[in-house]
Amino acid sequence: MSKSNRINKWLISGPPLLYLIIFFAIPSLIMAFAAFRFPEDYGGLLPLIGVNPDTGANELLVNAQNWRDYLTFENFGLFFTDSIYVELFAKSFWYAGITTLICLAMAYPLAWLIARSPKKYRDLMILLVILPFWSNFLIRVYAWMIILGPQGYFSMAINQALGLIGIGPVQLMFSHVAVIIVLVYVHLPFMVLPLYANLEKHDMALLDAAQDLGASGWQRFWKITWPLSLPGVWAGAALVFIPALGMFAVPDLVGGTDGIMIGNLIKQQFLDSRDWPFGSVLSIMLTLAVLLLAGMAALIGRGGKRNAL
Amino acid sequence: MHSKQSKWLWAAALLAYAFLYVPLIIVVVYSFNDSKLNAEWVGFTFKWYDMLFKNEQMLVAARNSLLIAIVTSVCATVLGTLAGLAMHKYKLRLLPLLVLTPIAIPEILMGVSLLIFFVMLNMTLGLVSVALAHIAFCIGFVAIVVRSRLQGMDESLVEAARDLGATPVQAFRLVTMPLIMPGIIAGALMAFTLSIDDFVITFFTAGAGASTLPLQIYSMIRIAVTPEVNAVSTLLMVLTLCLILLASKLAPSALRAE
Repeated sequence: MSKSNRINKWLISGPPLLYLIIFFAIPSLIMAFAAFRFPEDYGGLLPLIGVNPDTGANELLVNAQNWRDYLTFENFGLFFTDSIYVELFAKSFWYAGITTLICLAMAYPLAWLIARSPKKYRDLMILLVILPFWSNFLIRVYAWMIILGPQGYFSMAINQALGLIGIGPVQLMFSHVAVIIVLVYVHLPFMVLPLYANLEKHDMALLDAAQDLGASGWQRFWKITWPLSLPGVWAGAALVFIPALGMFAVPDLVGGTDGIMIGNLIKQQFLDSRDWPFGSVLSIMLTLAVLLLAGMAALIGRGGKRNAL
Repeated sequence: MHSKQSKWLWAAALLAYAFLYVPLIIVVVYSFNDSKLNAEWVGFTFKWYDMLFKNEQMLVAARNSLLIAIVTSVCATVLGTLAGLAMHKYKLRLLPLLVLTPIAIPEILMGVSLLIFFVMLNMTLGLVSVALAHIAFCIGFVAIVVRSRLQGMDESLVEAARDLGATPVQAFRLVTMPLIMPGIIAGALMAFTLSIDDFVITFFTAGAGASTLPLQIYSMIRIAVTPEVNAVSTLLMVLTLCLILLASKLAPSALRAE
């Protein structure tokens, strides 16, 4: 590469690179280090720079002798000794998993139908899927607060139906069901889009061939369409599962005390009980979970593609 | 032969569309309902919109949102376009990683790490910290849109310009730029909507210093469900709808890639 080319390369990639290092990479690294630090009395982090009582000057408090006083594994110990935290992680995985499965079940027929529709309608049908997703996330949660609330028509209808078969009224708001319904609602488009992108590319001749060879509708689906669509399924699953796992607003607004997830605990550590180091431990655990899942999805996705071909 | 099958498919698809739209329609309808409760329909009214425009806090929040979104979309578009160009042109390792990770991880992680960062720098949380955070997560979205536009561009046009004696800068300004402009504009609009809509990252980086519309909506709906929220939601939906339709007119392919 010539010298002027190298200069160009840095002129173009330098500014965004610098910005993201300062406002993404460094904060992430600080958070990772914070997990190994002691919390200050009033929350926050034990300062590394402070006033030396002897000299009265600001100086670095950490030195070769006392660095152990500033670093600890205790925060991680706390996470693993109290089963509450591990259970909350498990529950969040369960919520995100159920959400992903329901999204898949709802999105598949829709994506299939759009992919098989005449070309001139496809863009419109996809736009109709994306549009609600562009309305503010909180508005979409709020819409369900109206529906699920005890005065909402939906709640009343369900309770009337339950009343007919002799089951007492149920409260839909502030329940596990409410959390899952709303999580499905806010994430559904993320499942439809990659599935559609995949299904649209399928070669219909394969299905015709299978039919000529006597395959039934279900056989054609399970032996051809489904395996070919696995990359789309995995992409959609990752796009739904990962953000759902880190949610805090949905459980906060419709989950009540039973419905909280990891995100709520993280928020609580940073803003309410102000134990930043422990909050950082929880964030790191969530990051590790996400990395593990993304890695798995990439591996399985690749495997799925290979099997399908 | 396929008709029975497709009837079921249509039913499933219609249900999914209903599931997507009915809740939002309910919000819009109730915003005109002359009752304090989101239950029975009493009569038509504009009073919730009227109340909204007299709500000082709401107006300040709206102004903050708008200000942050404008600054964010300008800065994120410049940086994101550069990032998209760099990712298209050069083989880079670090930049794509830094551009794409903020999109892939749960938002709360970026929110809390920026909170620690700003507080450790002794920065007062407010409009500036929110804008800095928004730019960081919008760069990636702009970069993806711009890159997809570049990938669809015919390289030979640039080569032809170079053969005809254009300098690299001229070729970029006169050929590449106009060709990727729709992508850049779509990216800017996307950054604008992402910024105006963002709740999670704003929640952690705004402190007590700056309330935005989503923060205001959040604090309102945490306390009680009121028709005023229906009104602000409806307005926000209309605004986003306009921006999206504009973006899809300018760069339909870019929107679909999202």
